[in-house]
Amino acid sequence: MRRIRIQLRAELMLLARNGEQLLLTLIIPVLLLGFFGSVDVLPSADMKPIQFLTPGILAIAIMSSSMVSLGIATGFERSYLVLKRLGATPLTRNELVIAKILSVFIVELVQAIVLLSLGLALGWQPGGSTWPLAILVVLFGTSAFAGIGLILAGQLRAEINLAAQNGLYLVLLLLGGMVIPRDSLPHFMGNAVRGLPSTALADLLRTTLNGDQAGLVVPCAVMAVWGIIAPAIAARRFRWS
Amino acid sequence: MSVVVENLSVSYGDLVAVDNVSFEAPTGGVTVILGPNGAGKTSTIEVCEGFRTASSGSVRVLGLDPVSDHRALTERMGVMLQGGGVYPSARVRDVVSHFCALHNKGVNAAQLIERVGLSNRSTGTWRKLSGGEQQRLSLALALAADPEVIFLDEPTSGVDIDGRDIIADIIRDLSARGTTVVLASHDMAEAEKVATHAVLFTSGKVIASGEILALLTSRKHLRFTSSAGLVPAELAVSINSPVVAIGDGVYEVASEPTPQLMTRISQWLADNSHPLLGVDMGTESLEDTYRRLTRGKQ
Repeated sequence: MRRIRIQLRAELMLLARNGEQLLLTLIIPVLLLGFFGSVDVLPSADMKPIQFLTPGILAIAIMSSSMVSLGIATGFERSYLVLKRLGATPLTRNELVIAKILSVFIVELVQAIVLLSLGLALGWQPGGSTWPLAILVVLFGTSAFAGIGLILAGQLRAEINLAAQNGLYLVLLLLGGMVIPRDSLPHFMGNAVRGLPSTALADLLRTTLNGDQAGLVVPCAVMAVWGIIAPAIAARRFRWS
Repeated sequence: MSVVVENLSVSYGDLVAVDNVSFEAPTGGVTVILGPNGAGKTSTIEVCEGFRTASSGSVRVLGLDPVSDHRALTERMGVMLQGGGVYPSARVRDVVSHFCALHNKGVNAAQLIERVGLSNRSTGTWRKLSGGEQQRLSLALALAADPEVIFLDEPTSGVDIDGRDIIADIIRDLSARGTTVVLASHDMAEAEKVATHAVLFTSGKVIASGEILALLTSRKHLRFTSSAGLVPAELAVSINSPVVAIGDGVYEVASEPTPQLMTRISQWLADNSHPLLGVDMGTESLEDTYRRLTRGKQ
């Protein structure tokens, strides 16, 4: 526990010193919500734009910090031999992964506070009684995206990993119903995109935070599968140097 | 013995980087693994550190298997990588404090930074340090473990003269306190300053190992400096010993440097009107030893 705390502190300190990561994890989602929440340019299914956007952009923020930010940073840490160097300390692999995931949770907490506050200011109305489920959804979403980010970071060269993480982020963002409703996508994509973790996360956050009556079973099953399988593959395939 | 390597081989596909190597590093000694780039030094050290798996053979460090007992070994081992190991935006004092805290051996970060001569750079980031300063920071991270055995891979690479002195002093101090030091280097002159034992590598094989004094005194030479036009073959006939030119006006006589031999050489030089500009009857250097042993083997 002591070493996890020490490593967590180092992770947060590095994050604070890396402006580009803060940009990705906090500033871009805030700008997206602020802009699209104020300007009615996006289709928003059959609900008010801010009702559609607030949970969707929270999902983007979670994907940014747990997949892209964590994945890119870890890829470069491997390239800079930081992970190898840590491997010669008493810090175990599990302790390192736990510290990294805890640092992501802390960032996500800040993201949630900022984005939900901004959403409220722009007229978002939370509802229903299932919102505590949102915490579980965020945990599984983080696990899934962290797993995906670490799979790429563990396999690819740092520069290729950087491009791959950003490319995948864009695909998952556009197809996952985060800012563009799935109804607006070509028909043939309809059911296929329901299997994406970004779709499941956005749908579940919308349902739990807005109090919508949409079905929980399919997105819960998708989220659970990604949340368990992705980190398991990452742990198995990850290379430290 | 703190480190025992027996019949170690390391292969990368078809390439055999380390070929059936055996040596030992005594407790409290400074063992230098010497050889040119690509000789198998880093692969050997990485197996000792537990970062690489041996293709065959065995390695014990402090009686532990570096791979299966890696966790226990990290409590007692210090590691300095050949390069990198620190995030570029990390500050010196933060990264040293971080490693001191992870090892939890009571090593004071500020004192450690001072010990490696980086006090005036403690708020600087890794990317702003010179190559030599980065090496000294890497050494500090290895020392954060207050180790019983420390592995240093090319510790003086890219380090200026002052930095080299600091590193050499630290290595001697570690040895004096009973820490086993194992360092890989291709800089033989630098290694010779601190080493008590040496393992000489070439093309993945060990060609000699043991106490450094025994290696150095295994053969002596006599060198002298004279005019560049001297014909070694004529001198060789006169003194009945092989003579070769090893540099511009520098000659080596491959015989035990006795006063009688020196007298015969002086006489021949005087008779042939050649000056005697300098004489070296010292022990051969580690580099000389290496060159002699690897002649025709590389």
